[in-house]
Amino acid sequence: MPDNKEKYAKLQESIAKHKGERGAVMPVLQEAMNIFGYVPQDVQEMIADGLGTTLSEVYGVSTFYSQFSLEPKGEHVIGVCLGTACYVKGSQKVLDRISEELKIEVGRTTKDGKFTLNATRCLGACGLAPVMMIGDEVYGRLTPDEVPGILAKY
Amino acid sequence: MDLYRAHVLVCGGTGCTSSGSAKLIERFEEQIAANGLDKEVKVVRTGCFGLCEAGPVVIIYPEGTFYSRVKVEDVDEIVTEHLLKGRKVQHLVYVDHKTHESSVQKSLAEIGFYKKQERIALRNCGVIDPENIDEYIAFDGYQALGKALTEMTPEQVIDEVLKSGLRGRGGAGFPTGKKWQFARASQAEHKYFVCNADEGDPGAFMDRSLLEGDPHAILEAMAIGGYAIGADEGWIYVRAEYPIAVKRLEKAIEQAREYGLLGKNIFGTDFSFDIHIRLGAGAFVCGEETALMASIEGRRGEPRPKPPFPAVKGLFESPTNINNVETLGNVAQIILKGADWFRSIGTEKSTGTKVFALGGKINNTGLVEVPMGVPLRTIIEDIGGGIPNGKKFKAVQTGGPSGGCIPASLLDIPVEYDTLTSVGAMMGSGGMIVLDEDNCMVDIARFFLDFTVDESCGKCTPCRIGTRRMLEILERITEGKGEEGDIEKLENLAENIKNSALCGLGQTAPNPVLSTIKFFRDEYEAHIKEKRCPAHHCQALLNYVITDKCRGCTLCARKCPVGAITGTVKEKHVIDTAKCIKCGQCMANCKFGAIIKD
Repeated sequence: MPDNKEKYAKLQESIAKHKGERGAVMPVLQEAMNIFGYVPQDVQEMIADGLGTTLSEVYGVSTFYSQFSLEPKGEHVIGVCLGTACYVKGSQKVLDRISEELKIEVGRTTKDGKFTLNATRCLGACGLAPVMMIGDEVYGRLTPDEVPGILAKY
Repeated sequence: MDLYRAHVLVCGGTGCTSSGSAKLIERFEEQIAANGLDKEVKVVRTGCFGLCEAGPVVIIYPEGTFYSRVKVEDVDEIVTEHLLKGRKVQHLVYVDHKTHESSVQKSLAEIGFYKKQERIALRNCGVIDPENIDEYIAFDGYQALGKALTEMTPEQVIDEVLKSGLRGRGGAGFPTGKKWQFARASQAEHKYFVCNADEGDPGAFMDRSLLEGDPHAILEAMAIGGYAIGADEGWIYVRAEYPIAVKRLEKAIEQAREYGLLGKNIFGTDFSFDIHIRLGAGAFVCGEETALMASIEGRRGEPRPKPPFPAVKGLFESPTNINNVETLGNVAQIILKGADWFRSIGTEKSTGTKVFALGGKINNTGLVEVPMGVPLRTIIEDIGGGIPNGKKFKAVQTGGPSGGCIPASLLDIPVEYDTLTSVGAMMGSGGMIVLDEDNCMVDIARFFLDFTVDESCGKCTPCRIGTRRMLEILERITEGKGEEGDIEKLENLAENIKNSALCGLGQTAPNPVLSTIKFFRDEYEAHIKEKRCPAHHCQALLNYVITDKCRGCTLCARKCPVGAITGTVKEKHVIDTAKCIKCGQCMANCKFGAIIKD
C-alpha cells in the first residue's frame, strides 16, 4: 500500500534523526507510535537495525512502558481515569458502564474497530473528577447515566 | 511595551483547558476586537489559578474580579458589561461554598480559598503568561541566576540552599543542599543536573501545574543548580501524559536560549549549560531516580541498588543530581531573598511552604500552597471548604500509593515531614484525597495495592510477588471471603516487603494497608468476622432492605432481574437475600426512597 510506504519512510526519517544519540530507543518508539498507532514486530526490527541495537532490547523497552502498544488500537481510544480522586468519586462505575455498553472488557477493542477501552492513570484533572478522555476530548464530572449519550456522539 | 487598562486572565491549566478555556480565550479576543477594545484590554492565557473546582476561571484586573465556571455564552456579557461599561456581572462572580458569600466586593486574596495560602513555588502561576519570557523577567525572573553567576561562588550557592533548610518536595524530604554538596564533591569531566517531572502519584498535579504555569522558574533553578554542582548539561524527564507542560517547556527552553540564558557563557561568565527534554512512556516506577536515569538512557526503567548513589555514578555513568519540580520551584527565590527569609516560613525542620493537590470528597478541589506546619484541619475546612453534601469526614489520604490515611481524630496535627511520617502517612508529593463516610477503607487499601501490583517493575521478588499476595488477601476480604488471621498475615507480609524491597516503590507499597489497619482495624474486622462493610461500599457485602416507606407499587419487583422481590400490590415488598445479586436496580428505581443498603 502506498500509504504504508509513506509511514515506513517517515519511520526511517525518525531513525536517521536520532541515530547516534544516547538513549534514542524511546524517542524513536514514541515517534513510531505516532506514525503507526502501534509498534508491530517489523517496526521494532527496523528500529533495532537502524539504531544498531538488538530486537530484544527494543522489544524489552516496548513491553515495559504502558504507552507502547503491540496491537493496533481502535479509532477512538477511551481512557477512564482511575486515579485516586476519580476513584473515590465513582469512576469505576463509569468504567463498568462503558464496558457494558460497548460489550468489551477493559484493554480491548470493539469488533468494528471503533473504540478501545482503557483504564488510565491519573490524568491530573482531579478538579473535574470523575473524568474520562475520548481521543483528546475530556469529559468531566461524569455519571454512569451520561455514558450512552456521550458514546452516541462517535 | 504596550500598556493596557485591563487584563483578562484566563486559566490555561489542564483542568480549565479540559472544561473549555481555550474556546473562552478565542471568544474573548473576538468580542474585545469587535467592541474596539483591543488596544485597551489584553487577554492572557495563564497557568493554573488553583481553584480547579470553579473552572474554567477568568480573572479581570485591575479589580481582581473572580469569575467562575464561565461558559462561552457568558463571554459577550462580560465584555459588554464589565469591560465596556465597568459593571461586574454579578451572577457569574465566584460564590464561596462555605460562607455562601459572593466575591463581588472582594479581591482574590480575600477569598477563603486563597486567604490562608502563601505562594512561593506557585507565585507566578495564574499571574503571568507562561509562554512569554518577558513576563517572567518582569517578575524578577532570571535575576537569581544572574546573582549566583556573577556574585556568588558555587560553594556559596550550595551553602545558601543548605542554610534555607529546603527539603525534597518529591516525597522523601532529603535536604536539597546536601544532595548538591555530594554532587559537587564528585570529580568528573561531565556532570548532569536532572529535573524529575515524572509526577506519577494519582491525585497529585502540582508539578504539572508548575511546569504549565511557570516553566522558566524551573529552567532558572536548573541552571543555578548546574552552576552549583559543576554540571554542563540538564535533562528534564517529564510524563508524556502532560502535553501542555511539554509544549511550554520546549517553548521556554527555546526562548531562554535566544536570550542567552541557556547555552554558552551565560551572563558573560565561563558557565555554559543547556537543557534537554525526555518524555516518559507511562511507567510509575520511573519516578524513582535510578529507574528514571535508566529510562533517559533509553532502557527499561528498572531501578538498581544504591550505592553507588547518582551523585557518584548516575546518568550515562557520570555524577548526577536529581531534584523534583516543586523543589526547584523554590530555588530562585531562596537565592534572591536569602536563606533567612525562607527559614522564617514554616517550621524548624520543615521550612518554607508545600503545595498540595486537594481532591476527592471536598468542596474546593484544586491546588493550594501553605506554610509548612499549618494544621491539617485548616487545609480541609478553611481552604478546602469542608465536605460536600453534608457528609461526614472520615480520613484524608496523603502521599499516594506510598502514603497512608489520617483519621478525623488527628486532624489537628501540623502538616510537616516528620509529623506525617510519625502517624504512618507521609508528605509524599502532596496529593491529598479526602474520604467521607461512604468510602470503605479496606477498599481504599485494595485500590492502592492494585496500583502498585500493576506498576511494580518486577525486578525484585518482595515487590513483584509480595504485593500481589497482599492484594489477593485484600480482594478476598472485600468480597466477603476474609478469614480469621488475614489481618496478621497482611501485617507480616507488609513488614517483610518494607525491609527487603529494592527501591522506594516496594519499600513503601504496604503503607496504605498498614495505616488503614492501624486506624480502621474495626472496618477490617467487620468485613472478616461479620461479613459486613460499614461504609456500604463493598458490593458483595451489601444487603438491600425494603423499609416501611414501601407503598407496594411493584416497580422494584418488575425491575429485579432475578425475581428476588416478592409482595402484593399496595403492600410492603420483601427481598429474598439468598436470590439477590446486589445489582442495585431496585434502589435506583424506587420512587419513594424505600430501599436502603444495610
